[in-house]
Amino acid sequence: MREVVPVVERVQETPSTVTLRFDFAPVAAPGQFVMLWIPGDDELPMSLSYTDGPRKGVTVKAMGDTSRRVLGLGAGTRIGVRGPYGRAFDLSPRRLLVVAGGSGAAVLAPAAAEARQRGASVTVALGATTAPELLFAERFRAMGAEVVEATDDGSAGTRGFVTGPTARLLGERPFDAVWTCGPEVMMLKVVEAARSRGVPTFCSVERHMKCALGMCDACALGPFHVCTDGPVFEAGRLLGETEFGRFHRDPSGRRLPG
Amino acid sequence: MGDLTVRIAGVELRNPFILASGIWGESGVSLAGAWKAGAGAVVTKSIGSVPRPGYPNPTIETYERWGMLNAMGLPNPGIDEYPREIAAAREAGATVIGSVFGGDAQEFATLAERIAGTGVAAVELNLSCPHAEGYGTEVGGTPEAVAEIVRAVVARVSVPVIAKITPNSADPAALAVAAERAGARAVSAINTLRALAIDVTLRRPVLAHGLGGLSGAAIKPVGLACVWQIAARVSIPVIGIGGVRTAEDALEYLMAGASAVQLGTAVAFDGIEVFGRLSAGLSNLLDREGIPSAGAAVGLARGSAGASAR
Repeated sequence: MREVVPVVERVQETPSTVTLRFDFAPVAAPGQFVMLWIPGDDELPMSLSYTDGPRKGVTVKAMGDTSRRVLGLGAGTRIGVRGPYGRAFDLSPRRLLVVAGGSGAAVLAPAAAEARQRGASVTVALGATTAPELLFAERFRAMGAEVVEATDDGSAGTRGFVTGPTARLLGERPFDAVWTCGPEVMMLKVVEAARSRGVPTFCSVERHMKCALGMCDACALGPFHVCTDGPVFEAGRLLGETEFGRFHRDPSGRRLPG
Repeated sequence: MGDLTVRIAGVELRNPFILASGIWGESGVSLAGAWKAGAGAVVTKSIGSVPRPGYPNPTIETYERWGMLNAMGLPNPGIDEYPREIAAAREAGATVIGSVFGGDAQEFATLAERIAGTGVAAVELNLSCPHAEGYGTEVGGTPEAVAEIVRAVVARVSVPVIAKITPNSADPAALAVAAERAGARAVSAINTLRALAIDVTLRRPVLAHGLGGLSGAAIKPVGLACVWQIAARVSIPVIGIGGVRTAEDALEYLMAGASAVQLGTAVAFDGIEVFGRLSAGLSNLLDREGIPSAGAAVGLARGSAGASAR
């Protein structure tokens, strides 16, 4: 189950984002996550940004204290890995709109790559605070996806949130599905825009996690557990009676807005 | 079809399979989900006086065949926040047992009174968490301490009080006897066994807290022995806990003297559907064995030739 392996490669993707590559043989599908243990520190759920073959990878943005420390890990550092866990993206849609905010591209890139290999057309709406923070823009282009950029400061692509170009693209051409990962308020807006056009949306959702086995309830999201029922959800399941876009729980289980 | 209805301390349960504390218990919607999946009752996460994040990860280590180790560290949102979760579970019709943990008898009594006020069917006292400094086994590890806490709680609540006792003691049955004498209407046994896992390449414990508690198949024989010994010495119902994953496991506990069982680790390995599966399985098993009801199975192994009651 849990394997302790060395980091074999560290790639600085953007000023605030780092990819760690390591050898972990279990077969994984795009959208799944692993529990990544930094011995002596913490263990965090991380979606795989590289799923193909034994050399897996995670791409981490400096957010909390621990993810900041993950950024400091160099090649040779031993980490614990267990998984993969959770539900993957359905790779059958032929015309895909991929909407990534911030580090959301980490989980979407391997899914888009797999869809491209299967012959799907992929358009990526990629958002970040500023041009150097756009994650995996070249990786998406190299796989043959069209990339439309948006930055908060206008240093690349459209100025403003990625939801702007997303709505425009949905109005311009037909898509079979939208895949999205990013801040929950962003995903909620993407879901609403796609629903108004009748396009199903699949969201990769994040919650605080402990066991990753569907037992401890730390990642409860309405009637679901993100670790076993997600992290990829068809958006229709998340709307309505549930908590998506409204609140999450801290490690004690208290409800916090947002 | 064998009748699965059982009674614990005057509370009727539609079947003897209870969701154990700490499993699917952070959110009321999850408790409702366990109820809808067929649990006979659901026990809340153990609730304390203030919000508590629990220990850092790793909080869990699994062993495919025989169970898991955990040191969650009693994470809970606190008694001010939690009643709304209980309300959500009760709205779904669930029979809810409220679990609380305190650092002394007065804190237990205050928490029990507050959680009883939410309309729970019973209160379970966590006298047995093996890895939380100042709580659990550390305050409920002796008959005297159990008696003091149970007595303080019973004086403050009208619903039945269930004492969940530790196996990490020389004489767990003595704890159960103390609980009964102090007014407990049932005892749950066992909590996890104190345990440790080490990663040899890193030369350190796997769990962030170091020590944890072992659950699952590995502890079933220990749980059975505790229930066996407890049932010999108390007349209140015993709720068996430890490694129940199949209908046969549950029937073993009933025959040893338990009136119901709780499930935890099985949910991690088999999903929440385990509740529906075990009810159907026990019903069939009772038929096969010619036992008319779950209640009729309680203690059936106790009169057998050569069996030592203690």
